[in-house]
Amino acid sequence: MLTYIVRRLLWAPVLLLTVAAIVFALGHYGPGDPVQIQLGQHFTEERADRIRESRGLNDPVYEQFGRYVWNALRWDFGESNQFQNRGVAELLGPKLKVSAQLFLAASLITIGLGVPLGFYTALKQGSWQDPTIVSGSLVLDAMPVFLTAPYLIIVFALKLDWVQVSGWDGFFSTQIILPALVIGLPGVAIFTRIMRSSTLDILGQDYIRTARAKGLPEAIVNYRHVARIALIPILTLIGFSLSGLLGGAFIVELIFGVPGVGRFALDALFARDFPVIMAISLIGAASLVIANLIVDILYSVVDPRIRYQ
Amino acid sequence: MSLLRESSKSQTDAIPSGIGPWRQAWRRLRQKKIAMTMLSIIVLLYTVGVLAKPISTHSYSQTDLFHTQEGPSRDHILGTDRLGRDIFTRVVWGVQTTVILTIITVGTGGIVLGVTLGMVAGYFGGKTDAVIMRLGEVVAAFPGILLVILIAATLRPRIVEWTRGFEDWSNFPDWSPFGGLVESGFVDYFVVAIALLPFAWFGMMRLVRGQVLAIRNADYIEAARAVGVSTPRLLFSHILPNITGTIIVTASAGMGAIAGSELILSFLGIGVQPPRPSLGFMISDVSGRGTAVVSVIQNHPEQLLAPIAVIWLLIFSWSLLGDALNDVFNPRTR
Repeated sequence: MLTYIVRRLLWAPVLLLTVAAIVFALGHYGPGDPVQIQLGQHFTEERADRIRESRGLNDPVYEQFGRYVWNALRWDFGESNQFQNRGVAELLGPKLKVSAQLFLAASLITIGLGVPLGFYTALKQGSWQDPTIVSGSLVLDAMPVFLTAPYLIIVFALKLDWVQVSGWDGFFSTQIILPALVIGLPGVAIFTRIMRSSTLDILGQDYIRTARAKGLPEAIVNYRHVARIALIPILTLIGFSLSGLLGGAFIVELIFGVPGVGRFALDALFARDFPVIMAISLIGAASLVIANLIVDILYSVVDPRIRYQ
Repeated sequence: MSLLRESSKSQTDAIPSGIGPWRQAWRRLRQKKIAMTMLSIIVLLYTVGVLAKPISTHSYSQTDLFHTQEGPSRDHILGTDRLGRDIFTRVVWGVQTTVILTIITVGTGGIVLGVTLGMVAGYFGGKTDAVIMRLGEVVAAFPGILLVILIAATLRPRIVEWTRGFEDWSNFPDWSPFGGLVESGFVDYFVVAIALLPFAWFGMMRLVRGQVLAIRNADYIEAARAVGVSTPRLLFSHILPNITGTIIVTASAGMGAIAGSELILSFLGIGVQPPRPSLGFMISDVSGRGTAVVSVIQNHPEQLLAPIAVIWLLIFSWSLLGDALNDVFNPRTR
């Protein structure tokens, strides 16, 4: 197990470096000359040369890449194209904080609903609750955010007046509820499904029959013997499936007027502000790699049945 | 093939013996009412997409400023948008965009790339496997839609530039298949397909690889190898037929996912570009990039609901059909 953890720890930086190389290559070769984009109509050869020289764009590519990675490690992603003389990191910082909070709230909803529902449907297998909840969660999964968002706003903000229509006021405010629900609900289905099948799997095991046979109360069998083990596959799901919520998060931030990364990224896309897009991709990928690394290590600690070669 | 038939026959006693695995699967699928409904919806929508030209009642880009924001009428079945364009026509053409992109992406990325790489990785193992898997891990390191956005945003200008270069160099007349590529919207499809490609192959590759690993050392494979069957033939006519079930299930699940990603790309303005309609761009256009979505729902719901209902129906149908196909092809997993 220790060799596995060490190998993962060694692989993660390589993976991150490859990810950075892809981001850099796409940003460097993809859109064409960054100086031309930045200068736009003010473009002259002379000005362009001056900027290129001062930014080191005439250096060999590997040097530029090395500098990019080195700066990124120190949380410096270069200058934004659309806001002159302002660093990407400085612009991105507050937006990241907002998005992270929203994402955390959404994840809590996804996991907090999905896991208990999956467990419950597995225990109720064969009754009407099982197919109802499973298909209900599938409907939510397929529901586009363009539909859930406006109707939730109309019902809870305009008609019932329980929460503010939109805007942002930190994690502990009512404004976060609706956007977090809209981002989080579609993910419930997959957690329900995996938890359900994993619970069913455990329920069929011999040791559960033994536990019942020796007269343990049903509640203890269910929670101590079944649920704890059934939760293990959920662990691996967390990294992957939560990252899938991101596409929805982009749009939800627009609809609810949340000043997060999504809106910032969209503005950057329209302004062809590639340093910003690169930074967001890099940060997103790095956090996912690290999250998966933690999950994998936890997994090998929690489940000793797993033997890695 | 006879081995396959033997093994699946013993699993399902209810099915009369002596029929092929394909017909068995089809029979099992036909017994599922929901799956058949979903299949009909998908076939219907894909037909609409393919036949967009004869089905649409107007031109998708024709504006009519005397009849803007109108409700459904005889002339405009679903009404008109704020520029007076016919919503029904635009939805039909938008479906065509989705149809083209899902088929191209799942076909090339999922089926060709994913299956081939998965079989190669699973069969040869060792270094080949390691390289392919590591490559996949790099792709999977990007959260969801981010890599797609990054590729679409950065590569579009380059691809447009190359295509224009190709047009200038080749000098094909506009009416030929290679003429007017930029205007024809080819570039958009190409960019979106390229952007979705890394997304599409990895899941398929991993599943196929797992399946191949499981049957690589089966007796009949060893027997085939012993009598000197060549490796490509072994892969494609002995292993491939045994994993078609997995491929079909994964591909049908992928169709919905790709349709959803395309929607987001077009919504964000880096997918298919106007004037060519796409459902994502319609939603973005009508709702003022999402900011005016509430007032649109309150005042002109049909403008927003039409594209949303269609794409939702499509994604939902693929998802339920994928589930049913999973039951059909892997009866033992339930």
